Amino acid sequence: MGCRLCEIHCITAHSKSKNIIKVFRYEVPQPVPSVIVEEKEYTTFAIQCRHCEDAPCIQACITGAMHRDPDTNAVHVDHEKCVGCWMCIMVCPFGAIQRGTVEKKVASKCDLCVDREIPACVENCPNEALVLVEVSE
Amino acid sequence: MMRYVIIGAGPAGLAAVEAIREVDVEGEIALLTMEDVPAYSKPLITYLLGKKVQEKNMLYRTREFFDEHRVEVRTGAEVVRVDTDSNMVYLKNGESLSYDRLLIATGGAPFKPPIEGLEKEGVFTFTRWCDEKDMAEYIERNGVHEAVVLGGGLIGLKTTEALMELGIKVHIVELADRILAATFDKKASEIITRALEREGCEVHTNDTVVQVKGGKRISRVILKSGKEIKTRLLVVAIGVTPNVGFLRDSGVRLGRRGIMVDDRMRTSISNIYAAGDCTEVLDESTGEWRTIAIWPIASAQGKVAGYNMAGREVRYQGGIPMNSVELAGIPTISVGCTNVEGDDVEILKYEDPSSSVYKKLVIKNNKLIGAVFVGDIDRAGIYTGLITHGVDVSTFKDALLDEGFGLIYLPKEYRKKLIEGELKVWLE
Repeated sequence: MGCRLCEIHCITAHSKSKNIIKVFRYEVPQPVPSVIVEEKEYTTFAIQCRHCEDAPCIQACITGAMHRDPDTNAVHVDHEKCVGCWMCIMVCPFGAIQRGTVEKKVASKCDLCVDREIPACVENCPNEALVLVEVSE
Repeated sequence: MMRYVIIGAGPAGLAAVEAIREVDVEGEIALLTMEDVPAYSKPLITYLLGKKVQEKNMLYRTREFFDEHRVEVRTGAEVVRVDTDSNMVYLKNGESLSYDRLLIATGGAPFKPPIEGLEKEGVFTFTRWCDEKDMAEYIERNGVHEAVVLGGGLIGLKTTEALMELGIKVHIVELADRILAATFDKKASEIITRALEREGCEVHTNDTVVQVKGGKRISRVILKSGKEIKTRLLVVAIGVTPNVGFLRDSGVRLGRRGIMVDDRMRTSISNIYAAGDCTEVLDESTGEWRTIAIWPIASAQGKVAGYNMAGREVRYQGGIPMNSVELAGIPTISVGCTNVEGDDVEILKYEDPSSSVYKKLVIKNNKLIGAVFVGDIDRAGIYTGLITHGVDVSTFKDALLDEGFGLIYLPKEYRKKLIEGELKVWLE
């Protein structure tokens, strides 16, 4: 339905205060949302990192910052290693990686909310359109 | 048991290690590198010089990587000859190794033009970690505050940026009529030139260094135009050429410069493969075979080579030149053919001079063949995907540069393939 609550809760979950009011009132710069809501006429959908099996972003990364977690198979960015060359942005066919705004300007993407039980976007989707599915090989 | 020898520890060599181990857990893998450290990132040397990266972050694969993949690593191992009859590799230090399958992933070496005085102290090429160490030490010792960079390509400009970070005034000397001529379009070059000039850099186009003056050490350079620049530092960055000298008389067939490979990354010798900047590949955007020295292609080729070496037959689908770089604070991406003109070519443009934002798309036969993004690179990969996979854009062409453009505009069929992970750089 295009409410964009997923974007808002993604920003909040990745903010300093983790408080929805404080983030939008006081935090400068705000984190960029790792979930992007697209709209065209009456269609809407949310897109985030697909954690591709054959991930082009990992292949293109010149620093090794973009890597796969051996335990979860999720694709993560090591913010300390990233230098912001944006090779990953160039090769991600989903457009799911963005330039970060907080601290160093490094690549920002969905981390599946590793610190939470359920990703913020999924937990707060009022329509239950976003779900977390584990795919086993 | 299969014995694999890989020459080169760059992205192609390491991708091959990963691919081999996916298929063959038993075989022996020996990785040879002429460097003192394996798996350090060459593009990061400019960041290291400019103090934007710490030494400990120079490695893009940790040392544990080699243990996990059970790789015998030999550093400081420069290969001088390959004997394809006896399947032996000979090293500079006199040692030799035998192989069942060999991968050549030796990358490129900087090209040095015949310029008088180039042997003087203070003249550098800049492609290896040791170059960075030598140059940083030279700058410190000689108190360099003015430098000349010959070559306005990506290496030259990233080096320029690092030197400027160190408070050094830089003169860029470029033979073509603009910097970045090989990778970006005219407008993008113009925007980057302005930005560099604003930061105090001097750009000399249509010009080159004809003579290096000084005693033992460089003191000034003389340009073709007659200009003279006082400097203690000259960086020669006019390009790299495949590092294949050791293959002379080996029987491995070379093209114009690089190693010729088929779509399994196999050379003219059936148990020898090659990948990365030392090869000549099919440039899908022009249909021409040439060296495309970029990281993503090296990784992809290394992976394809590795699979095939280990017995999993896959075919490489070819690559498209693309580059991403941030210069003078402006993020810039260029993909595919960006400098073409003609009746059958349609160009879409968006420009906002006040914010240095410029976007250009090149369409031919209803397909996107090139894209340039300057200042705003958001979601650029979507366009790269459309170019790489030859998607017909005729039905949503008008929306391509709209602010809200995204996956939602793309054909359902293509989106489905993307999501299901069916579009790969290689096919079984």
